[in-house]
Amino acid sequence: MTETQPAIRLTALTKEFGAVTAVDHVDLEIAAGEFFSMLGPSGSGKTTVLRLIAGFEQPSGGTVELFGQDVTKRAPFDRDVNTVFQDYALFPHMSVLDNVAYGLRVRGLGRKERNERALRALASVRLEQMAGRKPSQLSGGQRQRVALARATVVQPKVLLLDEPLGALDLKLREQMQVELKQIQRELGITFIFVTHDQEEALTLSDRIAVFNDGRIEQLGTPAELYERPRSRFVADFVGTSNLFDADRSRTILGREGHHSVRPEKMTVTRDGLRQQGVVDVPGTVVEAIYLGSGVRLVVDLDDGTRVTVLEQNDRGRQHDDERGDRVVVSWHDDDVVPLGIEVLPGISG
Amino acid sequence: MTHATVPRPRETPARRVSVFLSTHPRARLGLLLSAPLFWLGIVYIVALVLLLVTAFWSVDSFTGEITQEWTLDNIVTVITGSLYQTVTLRTLGVALAVTLIDVALALPIAFFMAKVATPRMQRILVIAVLTPLWASYLVKAYAWRSVLSQDGILEWLLAPFGGSTPGYGLPATIITLSYLWLPYVILPIYAGLERVPDSLLEASSDLGGRTWPTLRLVVFPLVLPAIIAGTIFSFALSLGDYITVNIVGGANQMLGNLVYTNVGAANNLPLASAIALIPIVIIFGYLFLVRRTGALDNL
Repeated sequence: MTETQPAIRLTALTKEFGAVTAVDHVDLEIAAGEFFSMLGPSGSGKTTVLRLIAGFEQPSGGTVELFGQDVTKRAPFDRDVNTVFQDYALFPHMSVLDNVAYGLRVRGLGRKERNERALRALASVRLEQMAGRKPSQLSGGQRQRVALARATVVQPKVLLLDEPLGALDLKLREQMQVELKQIQRELGITFIFVTHDQEEALTLSDRIAVFNDGRIEQLGTPAELYERPRSRFVADFVGTSNLFDADRSRTILGREGHHSVRPEKMTVTRDGLRQQGVVDVPGTVVEAIYLGSGVRLVVDLDDGTRVTVLEQNDRGRQHDDERGDRVVVSWHDDDVVPLGIEVLPGISG
Repeated sequence: MTHATVPRPRETPARRVSVFLSTHPRARLGLLLSAPLFWLGIVYIVALVLLLVTAFWSVDSFTGEITQEWTLDNIVTVITGSLYQTVTLRTLGVALAVTLIDVALALPIAFFMAKVATPRMQRILVIAVLTPLWASYLVKAYAWRSVLSQDGILEWLLAPFGGSTPGYGLPATIITLSYLWLPYVILPIYAGLERVPDSLLEASSDLGGRTWPTLRLVVFPLVLPAIIAGTIFSFALSLGDYITVNIVGGANQMLGNLVYTNVGAANNLPLASAIALIPIVIIFGYLFLVRRTGALDNL
């Protein structure tokens, strides 16, 4: 096992459920120590990939390698990966301590030794005082941390997390995101994180794979995905985008192919910016939504294209726009992202 | 704009009743529970109490009438009589054997139904388990009588291997009762396993638990209440049975036979009641033991 071996290597991984192809020839390498996210809508195959790595499902084709070793045919209990389940899957009849000690128990560790280690793992998630409780007596966030301690106490090489924050409310989610990142840094192991929440993926990950229809649509760092989406799907799924199809790209942008512009890259003024390299397009405000930190404006450009503009709520804002106001929407040419020449069914904003 | 107007609800008598009930929770509860409580209270509990009381009365040996004088004679007879002791032990042995066999058979079947079979297969199996309950108890017992007979199908099957049918007797009784009560044991265990999320089994496997530790440490404790519910059926039904043992049990008697003879031929209802108390006491003892083990805490 060398440092250069990827923690996970998937080769032409395929999974069919009857006539449905859930995972379609996925090739992927995840480096050791990486915080890697698999992002996609439900049914995109991301969870199935995770379950194939864990060994809960057998692939219809392709291989799963763990640090250079082919583990495709191995049972879950023979793989050095552990999972934090979406529903936490804590054993309801066991105390929190017994839950965390379970992996050590089935490995044949004595009671004293395993309880000590389990307590230490619980301490690392600040729950040692809950050791004697049953999972049903814990809050959602606490259960989440127990599940994390239970999976990490057996020192896996790779930790798989299946939408672990999905059931938590917003505040707790943000707090757990920070904690997850810290734990990952402390343990130094590879985290593979499945989520449908693009903001969560952007916040946490070193790299993200965007899944669509059982395939990886785009693979890259959060900045790459956000700034340079390569397809309409990624532009739309990661953040919000103003999409311009081929016709509108030609008339509005004067470019061939499909393009997207992020709402926060656009500004709204009364008279336009009138600068070199800036596109000014007149339109009418349809909706102005106050967000606290900013204002979201929906503007119908004069040719009928509807765009969304995100204006920061800072001193630069000179006036309040209202429904029906005549305005000019402006954006810099450099902020126009080409999306290739795929056929778009229509414009969405 | 043309909005169709939604008509206001009309004041019907039914509506007035609904309004009354929705504002009077006690009346609602009374209406809901009066019929079942009447059934449970009057018909069920009173019959049981009468049984209990009758055991402390006696029969005038001359007239055959029940005399309502308090006496412990019947209880003493039942406890000290060697016949009753033997039959009680025999009944208990049969009930325990039936229960053990049923649990041993039901666990793998229920596990397959709940965790392995496809949803379609699952439905087919549930129907297959329930189907025998449509046939009469008597018919099934007589079917076993023919299977177990000296020229029956069991003899024919086993003879080439040097075996033979157990014939009529206690083994035949145990086999037949195990067959009769098996659905009552499978169904609660199946329901119990259904309630165990698959993710718990996956979590165990994920943490390094092979099949046996997973079954022992995760599945078994979680379905124990369901297993116990199943054993209460097979155990209690076996304790009270007297028809099966009549049909396939040869000359053997169980507690139910003694009750039957005393109610009928011997015309001694008080003694029959006293005998009937034995299985009740045993079942209560069993429930007490089960409670002590803490198996019902997770219900």
